[in-house]
Amino acid sequence: MNDFSCPIPKNEYDRVVLAHGGGGTLMARLIDSIFRPAFDNPTLNQRHDSAVFNLPATRIAFTTDSYVVRPLFFPGGDIGSMAVHGTVNDLAMSGARPFALSAGYILEEGLEMSVLRRVVESMSEAARRCGVSIVTGDTKVVDKGKGDGVFINTAGLGVIEHGLTIAPGEVRPGDAVIVNGDLGRHGAAILSVREGLEFSTPIESDSAPVHEAVAALFEAGVEVHCLRDLTRGGLVSAMNEIAEDARVTVRLDEDCIPVRDEVMGACELMGFDPLYMANEGRFAAFIAEKDADRALDVLRACEQARGAARVGRVEMSAAAPVVLRGVLGVERVLDRLSGEQLPRIC
Amino acid sequence: MNHLKQFRDPDAAQTLLAAIRRIVTRPHAVMEICGGQTHAILKYGLDRLLPDEITLIHGPGCPVCVTPASVLDKAHEIAARPEVIFCSFGDMLRVPGTHTDLFSVKANGGDVRVVYSPLDAVKIARENPSREVIFFAIGFETTAPANAMAAYQARREKLPNFSMLVSHMRVPPAMEALLASPDCRVQGFLAAGHVCAVMGTEEYPPIADRFHVPIVVTGFEPVDVLQGVYQCVKQLEEGRAEVENAYARVVRRGGNPAALRILSDVFEPSDQFWRGLGLIPASGFRLRDEYAEYNAETKFGAVDHASSAEPDECISGLILQGAREPHQCSAFAKSCTPEHPLGAPMVSSEGACAAYYRYRRLEHAGR
Repeated sequence: MNDFSCPIPKNEYDRVVLAHGGGGTLMARLIDSIFRPAFDNPTLNQRHDSAVFNLPATRIAFTTDSYVVRPLFFPGGDIGSMAVHGTVNDLAMSGARPFALSAGYILEEGLEMSVLRRVVESMSEAARRCGVSIVTGDTKVVDKGKGDGVFINTAGLGVIEHGLTIAPGEVRPGDAVIVNGDLGRHGAAILSVREGLEFSTPIESDSAPVHEAVAALFEAGVEVHCLRDLTRGGLVSAMNEIAEDARVTVRLDEDCIPVRDEVMGACELMGFDPLYMANEGRFAAFIAEKDADRALDVLRACEQARGAARVGRVEMSAAAPVVLRGVLGVERVLDRLSGEQLPRIC
Repeated sequence: MNHLKQFRDPDAAQTLLAAIRRIVTRPHAVMEICGGQTHAILKYGLDRLLPDEITLIHGPGCPVCVTPASVLDKAHEIAARPEVIFCSFGDMLRVPGTHTDLFSVKANGGDVRVVYSPLDAVKIARENPSREVIFFAIGFETTAPANAMAAYQARREKLPNFSMLVSHMRVPPAMEALLASPDCRVQGFLAAGHVCAVMGTEEYPPIADRFHVPIVVTGFEPVDVLQGVYQCVKQLEEGRAEVENAYARVVRRGGNPAALRILSDVFEPSDQFWRGLGLIPASGFRLRDEYAEYNAETKFGAVDHASSAEPDECISGLILQGAREPHQCSAFAKSCTPEHPLGAPMVSSEGACAAYYRYRRLEHAGR
């Protein structure tokens, strides 16, 4: 036996092992080599159990969201940037300026370190672009087979610097419904890579932060009544939620709803409806009619809303919460989905 | 204008509607065979744009809806076995059998996977030699060639752990069964364009002759459907009963020869149970004897067609024959919803009940 290798445990792993979540030196090393350099900021560097900082306003918005996506990297984004954009967008939907985020990771044993590093670097870059700091975090490791590579939870604090109430209860008959761009791309992108469908025009996710476009509306003094991001369940689910809460009917015009041809094509192929597809960089704004045209101009001047379009209007509560005037002029009810959309057979 | 928009063009639709209005002089009942056409009709409100004289009857062409409960029960039994990976198209997962559905089997630990292509199931079998991989091969002539290709590929690779649970339907015998029924109201058919893209149109002239019904091969976009209705109504008004192709951009008279070749190499016509319609002679495909070892029924026992019963309230049989409309069912939108379907037409994206629930429920429920 010539094996005299040193019994001191090794420190460098190219994959996540259970001990990375154990609270010992391996975890400290993981934090110091990957997370801390990526998210470097004075609050995080306090190295405390919780981040301590002053808020520049007394009205704050507070939100949390968990991110579970397969594959981790997809055309137009990845789980890391999505975990930043999604929470930043949730804050923006209450009219808040994103201020600080937390990041909690659940890592699956066996995850390649290089993959984790890419995810974390993408988060860091997204946070930098959004002008928001990741000030506290957590890491856990679960047994192989108990996770899907990496799950991320981010919570966000935002400061509210306007005096308006942004809520479904503020929506009024006559309000214009405006979206900030074409719909359905995130859902179609995920589906096409997940199922190995190759299209001649690759579909890229619309994952993006929208807080600047929202801030531009407030700065311009546009009378914003409600904002809602169009994530899971897409436009139709969001419109149903708001219409029911506000006890109004939202009437959409199919001709005016922007959907790219490649998204439409992919949806046709799989039997999906783009109006129910998830977006990660899209929101709907309910705007007082008098300000609607100005809101469109303001949005179209923002990078995150160049494709803004007016898609419908709010009316007194009628037959159904959401009604669509189809391209042939016949109206139909747009109902909530009962579950997920399921790919069809033929 | 892209390809899709061209066939959703409001002007083209209005032109056809005007043409139909011009020629119609008396009532006609036309059945669209395919569930995809049913959805286009309800989604775009084509039935409301057509003159009152024309009644569209929704046909049995939803593959999910007509898969017998007995076959689903067998699928659920197989999928629950620990050694099995059960592969299915997505919209089969929520379809209830007698006791459960594939979603529940999966939640209870069954390894149920959604695939987009039957060849993905073959790949799973190749990558998991210690597991039994079963593909749920259902559908009409549209899915049959790809399913045949999966069996062909598995046999060529001698994959001992791959098999298919087959419940394949053929459309023409079902049309004959509907026409032979004494209650039949159907005077003309819009044949399913995608079925004809595979099979061609040569199976239809004998049916048109025997029952004196016009049969128009029709596509799925609103303008396609209106074109089919126009040609069908024109024939009815003129007293003709011919087979016409209104979907010539996709359908050739001889069908798709490569697809037909693989289909007949692997499958042969057989008597087939249809959910809601019962046993129809020669209305299905089964695996040829050379493929017996790739038949899940050889490995896991035959489907027991006597065992499964439908809930009393569900009238899906009448719906699938076009004898009733979904909102005429006492369970519709009450005890039967997409979340808790009693019958398959409420589940599938192509089912007539699901289409009414989605597009017409609030009117019929009188919110």
